[in-house]
Amino acid sequence: MLKPPKSLEVDTHYCPGCGHGIIHRIVAEVVEELGIKEKTVAATSVGCSVVAYDYWDFDCCESAHGRALAVATAIKRCRPDLVVFTYQGDGDLASIGLSETIHSANRGENLTCIFVNNACYGMTGGQMAPTTLIDQKTATTPFGRKPELGDGWPLNICSILSLLEGVGFVARGSLFNPKEVLRTKQYIKRAFVNQLENKRFSIVEVLSPCPTVWNLSPIEALKFIENQMQKIFPIGIIKE
Amino acid sequence: MKKILLTGNEAMAEAAILAGCYFYAGYPITPQNELINSLARRMREENRVFIQAESELAAINMVMGASSLGFRVMTSSSSPGISLKQEGISYMAGCQLPAVIINAVRGGPGLGNIASSQSDYFQATRGGGHGDYFTVVLAPYSVQEAFNFVILAFDLADYYRNPVIVLADAIIAQMAEPVIFLKSSFNKKIPPKNWALGRKDGIKKIVKSFFLKEGDLEKHNNILKKKWDRIRKNEQRYDTYRLDDAEYLIISYGSQARISQEAVDILRDKNIKVGLFRPISLWPFPERFLKNISKKVKKFLVVEQSLGQMVEDVKLALQTDDIYFLGKAGGGIPKVSEIINFIKKI
Repeated sequence: MLKPPKSLEVDTHYCPGCGHGIIHRIVAEVVEELGIKEKTVAATSVGCSVVAYDYWDFDCCESAHGRALAVATAIKRCRPDLVVFTYQGDGDLASIGLSETIHSANRGENLTCIFVNNACYGMTGGQMAPTTLIDQKTATTPFGRKPELGDGWPLNICSILSLLEGVGFVARGSLFNPKEVLRTKQYIKRAFVNQLENKRFSIVEVLSPCPTVWNLSPIEALKFIENQMQKIFPIGIIKE
Repeated sequence: MKKILLTGNEAMAEAAILAGCYFYAGYPITPQNELINSLARRMREENRVFIQAESELAAINMVMGASSLGFRVMTSSSSPGISLKQEGISYMAGCQLPAVIINAVRGGPGLGNIASSQSDYFQATRGGGHGDYFTVVLAPYSVQEAFNFVILAFDLADYYRNPVIVLADAIIAQMAEPVIFLKSSFNKKIPPKNWALGRKDGIKKIVKSFFLKEGDLEKHNNILKKKWDRIRKNEQRYDTYRLDDAEYLIISYGSQARISQEAVDILRDKNIKVGLFRPISLWPFPERFLKNISKKVKKFLVVEQSLGQMVEDVKLALQTDDIYFLGKAGGGIPKVSEIINFIKKI
């Protein structure tokens, strides 16, 4: 069997079928493969992945909800020798932290940003996120997300960021099957390598299952990503 | 030593440079604009990091990131902007991260105005954000003190691993006075920052304020409490003016203390025995010293540029409600003549 990377410290506390475990592992593998563990610092976020720092065996700084990219910006500016990344959910990055997202990208901060999109607020019990699909039921859209009721449309962060001069790499991966997991890993690795090569802001969005909030089995949740989410959020490299 | 004519804002910027501030992030707001403007030039001249942030929220969280590496960090703003920074200040207090935060206080509530005010006293001295915490608060009454206190603030922040507020009102920030570039008066040894991230000692470190497991946060808060107790014991600062034989005691801080001081001189010329007590550390409030001084005093008058905030700490310190108060809000400033008339009436 595949051995977990040494940089991944503890067993998962996430729900069965959650995507965080896979993405945590990808990050840990990439950090190890690039041999940058001693100089990696993560700015973690608020949401289900709030305790990501307990999983990884490298330095981490907590950030307030939405502010991980501000924290990361300062860390990287003060210590350009460090490899700095943020790990943020859709509520954190696309809603409350949208200003930090746009502006750190627009300044061309040489950072790696891992954006986990599960189309809901998982930790607080499954409310609507900016990325929630139309007609998707959540705790705050009990009849489904309805643009005509003022709920808005799914926010496409990668499209917005790809317009900015400061952004060097934009890709969207998915976890719906092992092949896509491997492809997502390649994107994430590239986003770290870009930072080592000073290629401005790199972001990888990962479409990640949340079976608990979606009220689906883990397998059905993966099918939801393949059949529903990927239609609205197409996977692949968007800017390089 | 050479004296240089500077505004309070410029002096505080130069003090940050002299204190070794390596990172500054800020957002424009009147009346602190000369501070961010000065540092935009000076930090880059010194090859340090300056960022004009997209908001006060981003600025304070950038400051948090830079502090997590162990660098000396600062941000500055004025009242509405400081309100926005409170969440970040609370996080830094929880994470035990040092930082210097300058507030050039203006009138409120809301957008208020841009005139001098002392209406952020409660916010500054009661933590300001959510949670059970305090920040050290220093209130300069001259441009020289604004300079000195920024330098002192960096030392206090590092020594106690806690945010320190320099509460300078709009008058102090905007007026120009000669300044001597003095080094720090702090004489305690600052411990090495072994907690900082990004060190090559092979030990994983986490900077956090989140303690979900039952009992852990209580334990953390009790550790912080010991720190607040140490600060209360060691860092009460104050000044006095013409105190001998005083029967009346005026208590003012910041720019208001300058005005009250003038009233003391005029009243003394008329043989009225008035003195001034000037808190320098607003938190910890210099209660011990005020209590000692108070024994011969017959009447106390608190004069503030607010509707009465510090007066509550004076009442707590002296354990009495028998305190007179003169205050003006919204940019109003109690004048020398008004203070004199008030003293004569009581």
